[in-house]
Formats: sequence, C-alpha cells, structure tokens
Amino acid sequence: MNIDPDTDIGGGQHRFPVTNQSAIVLARSDDQNVRQRAFETILASYWKPVYKYVRFKWHVDNEDAKDLTQGFFANAFEKNHFANYDAAKASFQTFLRTCLDGFVANERKAGARIKRGGGIEHFQLDFVSAESEFALHAVSSLTPEDYFHREWVRWMFTLALEALRQSCEDTGKKMHFQLFERYDLADDNRENVSYASLAQEFGLDPSVVNNYLAAARRNFRRIILEKLREITATEEEFRNEARSLLGVELK
Amino acid sequence: MKPLSNRQLDHLRQLAAHPDFNSTKYRVIKELGRGGMGTVYLATDGELNREVAIKVLSVPELDDSLRERMIREAQIIAQLEHPGIVPVHDVGTLADGRVFYAMKYVRGSRLDEYAAEAESLKDRLRKFQAVCDAVAFAHAHGVIHRDLKPQNIMIGSFGEVLVLDWGVAKILRQHERPVSLEADTLIKNPGDTTNGTVIGTRNYMSPEQARGEINQLDERSDVYSLGAVLYFLLTDKPPATTRPRTVNPKVSKAAEAICLKAMSLEAPARYSSAAELSSDVGKLLDAEPVAAYQESVVEKVGRWAGKNRFLILLVLAYLVMRIFLILTSRS
Repeated sequence: MNIDPDTDIGGGQHRFPVTNQSAIVLARSDDQNVRQRAFETILASYWKPVYKYVRFKWHVDNEDAKDLTQGFFANAFEKNHFANYDAAKASFQTFLRTCLDGFVANERKAGARIKRGGGIEHFQLDFVSAESEFALHAVSSLTPEDYFHREWVRWMFTLALEALRQSCEDTGKKMHFQLFERYDLADDNRENVSYASLAQEFGLDPSVVNNYLAAARRNFRRIILEKLREITATEEEFRNEARSLLGVELK
Repeated sequence: MKPLSNRQLDHLRQLAAHPDFNSTKYRVIKELGRGGMGTVYLATDGELNREVAIKVLSVPELDDSLRERMIREAQIIAQLEHPGIVPVHDVGTLADGRVFYAMKYVRGSRLDEYAAEAESLKDRLRKFQAVCDAVAFAHAHGVIHRDLKPQNIMIGSFGEVLVLDWGVAKILRQHERPVSLEADTLIKNPGDTTNGTVIGTRNYMSPEQARGEINQLDERSDVYSLGAVLYFLLTDKPPATTRPRTVNPKVSKAAEAICLKAMSLEAPARYSSAAELSSDVGKLLDAEPVAAYQESVVEKVGRWAGKNRFLILLVLAYLVMRIFLILTSRS
C-alpha cells in the first residue's frame, strides 16, 4: 500500500491538515499526492466516529473494532472508494457510513480478522482515547445513525478546539485560548465563572476579557466552518451539514 | 485532547451557531426571539447609531439561487412605504451563507400579548382591520407576506398597528409602476422559487402553503392566514377546526362567518384579497350587512335596531311623550 507509514492525524505535527479545499473533491484527483492528502483529511475527520460506530452498532470488542477501522480506511484508500461519492445522492457522512456497514458486514461474513491477519496498523490512531470515550458516551437509546452523527459532531468540535489552541499559540495569543478554555469549556461550574472573576484571575480589565473571548469565539467559529468545508463536496452539502452541526440539540 | 462532555458540546454548538456579524456594520445586543424561520436579535447599527431588529434566516434548502432571490425580494419589499408595514432596512449574507434582514426595531406589544390584556372585541376588530389594510397595500404592490401570525404583528406605543417580518415575503407580479429594475427581472422569472419548500408557521399557513405549493400561492394564501389571526382574536385560541362561536359564544354569527370564509380550505371560496376582507370587517364594525353572512329578517331587524338604538330611543321617547300629552289633555 503506497501510503506514508507515519500518517497520523494531520501527520507528524499532530495538526489537522488545512487545505480550505474540499477533500471530497480532491479525492478524485489524478495526482496521487493530492489524493493522499485528501484521504488524510477524511481519515482525520472520521476515524474516531467510525471506531465508536463499529463498537456501538456491530457490538464487536475493541480489538476487532480497531482492526475493522484500520481495514476500512486502508481498503478505502487502496481502492479509492471516496472518489465514488456522488453529492447528488446523499451526504458524504451517509455515504461513508453505508460503505462502512457494507465493509463490516463482508468482513464478518468472511471471518476477516483471521483472513486478513488482525492487528495490522496501517495508520497511527489513538484508539485508547476512542475506547475511553466510547465507554463514556455510549447511549443505548440512540439509533446507530444518530450515535454516529453525535460522535462525529463531538469529534469535529474536538478537532476545531485543538486547531484553535494551535492557532492561538502560533499567533502569540495563548491568553485568548486560556480564557476560552476557562469560560466556554467550563463544564459543571460555568455559573461560578464570570468575566469579572476571570479579569481578576488573569490581571486584565473586564473589557479586555470580553474582547479576547469574542476574538477566540470568532476564530473558533471560523475554524469549525473551514473544517466543514473541507469535508463536504458542494455548497449545498456544506450548508446542510453546517445546520446539522450547529443547529440541532444533542440527543 | 480531553473528550468533550455533552454539556460542553451543547455550549460550543450554540456558540458556533451564534451569527457572526463581524463583517457587517451591526453589533448584536441580545436575542429577541427564536422561531422556525430564524432568530431575531436586537442590534446596533454602528453607522447610524440606532437600534435595529435583525432576523437571521435558517431556511432549509437555501441554495445560491434562492438566497439571491430572497435578497432581491427583500430589496423590493424595503420600498413598500406604508404606516402599517415595518420595512426591511438592509439585507445581506453572513460569512456562513445565512441571509439576514435588518428591520426597524418596534417597541410595543405583539398582537398576542395585546389580546391577553382583555381588550374588547370591537377594539380587536379595529386592530385586525388595520392589519388587513397594511397587507392589502402590499397585495396591491404584488407582494404577499407568507408568515402572518399574531407574533408578527405589533401594536406600537401609540396604538399603531405594524406588520413585521417581511423576510419571507414573495413577489407575485409587477406593480403598475415598477418599484425597481430588479422587480422586472423577478417578474420575468416567476418560476425560480423552489416548489415543495414549506415556508411559514403551522396553524396560520394556508393548506396550499402547508403542502409546499409555492407556485400556487397568491393573495388568498395571506387571506387564509389573516382569517387564522382573526380566529385567534375572536377566541384567544390558536386556529383549530372548532368553530369560533363554539369556543367563544360571544362571537356574532357574522364575525364567525367572516373568519370561516377567510379560512376556507379551498382558495376560491375565500375573500379574493385582504382589501375585501378588510371591507367586510369594516361593515361588521359599522353594523352593516357583511358579504360572508346571509341574515334572516329577524337578524336584520335586530342588527338595524342595534345600530339605530339612539334613534329608536328618541322615537320611543317622543311617542311616550305624545301619549302622555294626549292622556293629560283628555283628563
């Protein structure tokens, strides 16, 4: 398989590859390097929800789920499956999930783990964190489709947060991210955090806290939409996914 | 990376969904309300230093051509000058592609809030007639509202009636005097609205609108919605299949007939325009016969008596006086 063995989430720098172009469109490129970069983007955006979905829907153990996730993406890259996506028929997310279901069903039928030689690591993926998140957020009342979507949303926001942190570091605005983290990522005790208390804690004027937070939120919004644009093929799909990503209450 | 909890995720989604007006001259102060069509914010116009209401639309299937059309339509609607119409000041697109409209910020009560303060039926009918007049003005300019409901009607501080939210209005045809060059373009391409798209508010939208028959919509669709608003004003309840008089026995048969005619399931059975509906409501207020209701002789006499109560009292007083004088002169 002709793929960079060091492929990780965004390569060795642990950064989400930012192209501002649709990876779904680029997956059809004649240039193999372009195709590979597009594949990396798709892999980075979907591997974790794919792993969790396989665990959730197909009730396989974590070792089999790892193999199936690795195998699915390796097979997709090898056969350039993602180039077959037709935006007129369904969203890419639906397409990917359908391909995944087909792949898992076939593999199970063929006793895949034994046949393919289980445990092959095609890509370096952090399955330990994926497994702990699965244990934390598996809700049996959800349909597999809803579960996949919810976990994809969670993963997209996690990636966007990481990109925001990186962007703040790169531009010398660490405090922006620290304030964002303290205020907007406060989990159970958000009510106890105020702009005034943050201003005191960070030695800033409350208006500066306001400005820094506004800038960080703006940046976060921009990043999440850019990421979405990268993994949608058309403007219509982008808008539909944006609404779905931003506008629906979690189940 | 630490996994996000459901609570954190919900908060971040709301944060990301918040419209980014940074590329515009507006600064959001607070959210005013949220509906199926979008969210309304109170904002400051940074250039003119005044408060405006901004609606950010979240219309499904908003492709490029539909977005462009909505912007063009808003440009035309902004030119409707009537004291009962809150015009669109501005229209634009946010960075994420969502369309927004800036409207005059109206202080006052919504029609549903106004009705809750137990105003008399006659006062309610007067306000309703003013709503019909504003809508009739728009109809005369070839514009239909498509989302008439109590929440989109404001009673201002001076009792004035204002129809809000023309954001999803539709241009039907060219007015005798074109309001803009864009209007010509629109009328030449009447088919560019997506059929099958349901726009409006359940309970208040006409059956054809609920079926998504966008191309079938005309003034009579708004007439249905006006009938639904009248139903609400007569009964204090959202429109339903129950007749108004069953819900509120104080409603007259003529008022009920007007409401039911406006809300006919088939468009041809309704008033042909808001002006016609307004005229019938005016007649009801003046205790004249209404087109929607065929009175019996007894009802005619009763209505005439009610209307001419003062005259009847005068005549009666005169007769009593005459009889008294005759009787006293004989004795």
